[in-house]
Amino acid sequence: MEETKVVEKKSGGLKFGKAEKRLLTDPLSENNPITVQVLGICSALAVTTGVKNALVMAVAVTAVTALSNFFTSLMRNTIPKQVRLIVQLIIIAFLVTVVELTLKAVSFDSYKQLSVFIGLIITNCIVMGRLEAFAMSNTPWRSFLDGIGNGLGYGIILIIVAAVREFFGKGSFFNYKIIGNTSEYLINTTESSWLGWYSNNNLMVLFPSAMFVIAIIIWIHRSYNKNLVDIS
Amino acid sequence: MHSTNYIIRFILILTAFVAVVLAFLSTGLKPIHDRNEALYNKRAILEALGTQLDNSDQKLDNNKILEIFNNQIQQQAIDAKGNLVDESAIKSKGYPSGLPEDIDMAKEEKLPLADRIYPVYIYTKSNGEKIYIVSVRGKGLWDAIWGNIAIKDDLRTIAGVSFDHKGETPGLGAEIKDNASWKQQFVGKTFEDKEGHFTSVKVVKGGAKNDINEVDGISGATITGEGVNKMLNSGLAVYIPYFNHVEKK
Repeated sequence: MEETKVVEKKSGGLKFGKAEKRLLTDPLSENNPITVQVLGICSALAVTTGVKNALVMAVAVTAVTALSNFFTSLMRNTIPKQVRLIVQLIIIAFLVTVVELTLKAVSFDSYKQLSVFIGLIITNCIVMGRLEAFAMSNTPWRSFLDGIGNGLGYGIILIIVAAVREFFGKGSFFNYKIIGNTSEYLINTTESSWLGWYSNNNLMVLFPSAMFVIAIIIWIHRSYNKNLVDIS
Repeated sequence: MHSTNYIIRFILILTAFVAVVLAFLSTGLKPIHDRNEALYNKRAILEALGTQLDNSDQKLDNNKILEIFNNQIQQQAIDAKGNLVDESAIKSKGYPSGLPEDIDMAKEEKLPLADRIYPVYIYTKSNGEKIYIVSVRGKGLWDAIWGNIAIKDDLRTIAGVSFDHKGETPGLGAEIKDNASWKQQFVGKTFEDKEGHFTSVKVVKGGAKNDINEVDGISGATITGEGVNKMLNSGLAVYIPYFNHVEKK
């Protein structure tokens, strides 16, 4: 499944050529962590009820994948092979705790809403998957880019799913009401507002709807990109 | 292959480094965390007031919350008999600030009834009317639920509610927090019958049968609704002695 190159470049440096660009763009479509590798589904179900939550989660996961890739890659020659998974876990757990403490200080509302799922980034398969598959055998700069790319690939799907679910489930986008009546409207008046006939689809707020939405995204994605279809 | 000695040293140094950094970060950010937490709770208390809040159409930002708490809110703590508890007694209960707003309902819940203390917030509107806000706590379907109930100065009629929960299902049980029109139903309900007996306010599956003390349940959230019933029943009852004291004055 992984097609990462295990070629180690002699020149470290902050080179940004074609290969580096591919590290960023590949996970967005061709090698997307959610739709192609089908990793990180658990949190994609849980935090996609609103675009704001999805965005915060995407930023948090991108930060963790990028930085854990970077630090692991820095230490890759000193990490004892026998305990490398434990070392990777320490790095991930450390970064996730940093993200959690920062979020609690910066945006307490998001912290309350995402609650346990920030802590659960530790168990997000994307993070450890990238450490094992990429960071252990690539330079820090390339690993960092790979982390950013995978975080964004995860985030983009998260935001698409959240946009669909929030629109149909709550009639809003980024907490801004688009269709249906606001609850203030229901309290204060009996007239209906513009598009007030729309009644929220509760199924879209529940977890199963994320499965449907992700499945539909995978379907569309594969019908446009035949390379992704399994012939075996 | 690395030697066992190297592995042990590597892990020890890494763990020690990570632990020290996290400890510093956690202590460094603690004041900000505490401030955020306090603001979050204060906002929940003010949200119970709903439209009773002066200028309720304006957005409630953090400075405004603190301003209202400084100028218009009087905090009290009471025991199960309805007597006021003073600052030193609150401190001796394990709340170093001595402020009623710091009372941890989850902690009090575990104590025997006679030892518990409860917070009361008295909001004075610009026209002099007083509104009493009390805190309640109970269990929903999955985990704890809690809320603040604002009560008009007749001490029988609900002026507004705000609820929160730890892990109710979004779209079903979580509606007790998110659904403003559901919470609006509580406004004007009374928890005492004509003879002066405590009746509580009930969430009724299948729709309210009367408009005195019943509100419609949320479809798909029957057990959360029952949790709210139990919470209101036991939660409001402990404040009744206090209300009687206030009335006698």
